[in-house]
Amino acid sequence: MVLQEKARPAAPPTAGVVILRGAVQVAGELLITAGLVLLLFVAWQLWWTNVESDAKQSEVIKEFAQDLGAAPAPAPTAPPAEGGDFGEPVVGAAPGHAGTIGIMYIPRFGPNYTRPIVQGTSQDVLDTLGLGHYDSTAMPGAIGNFAVAGHRQTHGAVLDNIHTLVPGDKIYVQTKDGYYTYVFRNNQIVMPSRTDVLAPVPTLQGVAPTERFLTMTSCNPRFGAEERIIAYALMDSWRPGSAGPPAEIAAQVAAAIGKG
Amino acid sequence: MYGWIFRHLPGPLWLRIVTSVVLVAAALVLMVQFLFPWMSEYTQFTDSTIGAASQP
Repeated sequence: MVLQEKARPAAPPTAGVVILRGAVQVAGELLITAGLVLLLFVAWQLWWTNVESDAKQSEVIKEFAQDLGAAPAPAPTAPPAEGGDFGEPVVGAAPGHAGTIGIMYIPRFGPNYTRPIVQGTSQDVLDTLGLGHYDSTAMPGAIGNFAVAGHRQTHGAVLDNIHTLVPGDKIYVQTKDGYYTYVFRNNQIVMPSRTDVLAPVPTLQGVAPTERFLTMTSCNPRFGAEERIIAYALMDSWRPGSAGPPAEIAAQVAAAIGKG
Repeated sequence: MYGWIFRHLPGPLWLRIVTSVVLVAAALVLMVQFLFPWMSEYTQFTDSTIGAASQP
């Protein structure tokens, strides 16, 4: 019986079967397409956004360098003497949304780590312009908490290596007024709702600050966003722009500003 | 579906191949420019701010 059935010539498919086959084929092709689009989305998010943001951030640094204008970048071969006392740090006025505050240099993240610090922490700032300054927090050099956010992955991955900071690492902030040197103290992993890390004295609500803090927030774990990793630093010294950059970053500053 | 589209493109084989490459490239550009940025607003893999619960 079975053999006979197999040997029988196939009857021409009915109209219903043809439509069904067509529908199954179209559905299959659409599903394959959806899979490819999702793969492309992952590639876009993990790779292409970095390419775009890096280009945009170089542009922002270039503009900042042009705004610094007349002051020529000091020669890296003759860095000015360290340790001078320049008195109370100058605290600049906060720029408008998406305005450039300055540049951050973190030697621990490599000799080419120069990232713009931009006002605001909305997606348009963080996704293209670099480190975003929480606009409710203090400006660099002010008594209180200068807090910035940055992506751990994607969109430039500005704080990808935040977990590699070692206590004592220097974090330099350059604004149009000068150079603020912060010293990394510790990091902490918290839930995203912990707004008290942005308090003038981090994690202590309602306490009047007497010191100058720098707080950086980023995603944790890498490639995830269930938690936040926070890095705290304390200001160590200040130099006006006219005194030239601190010796450790003189070459970096010359390279960054020299792009202008 | 794609076979049907390819068969219904006008012109000789080489022109149809060129047309399909252009169509795929156009689809890619549209995805990178509009679809992916829109999709990323609905994925929270990269949120790095504190207190994000109040601001989507």
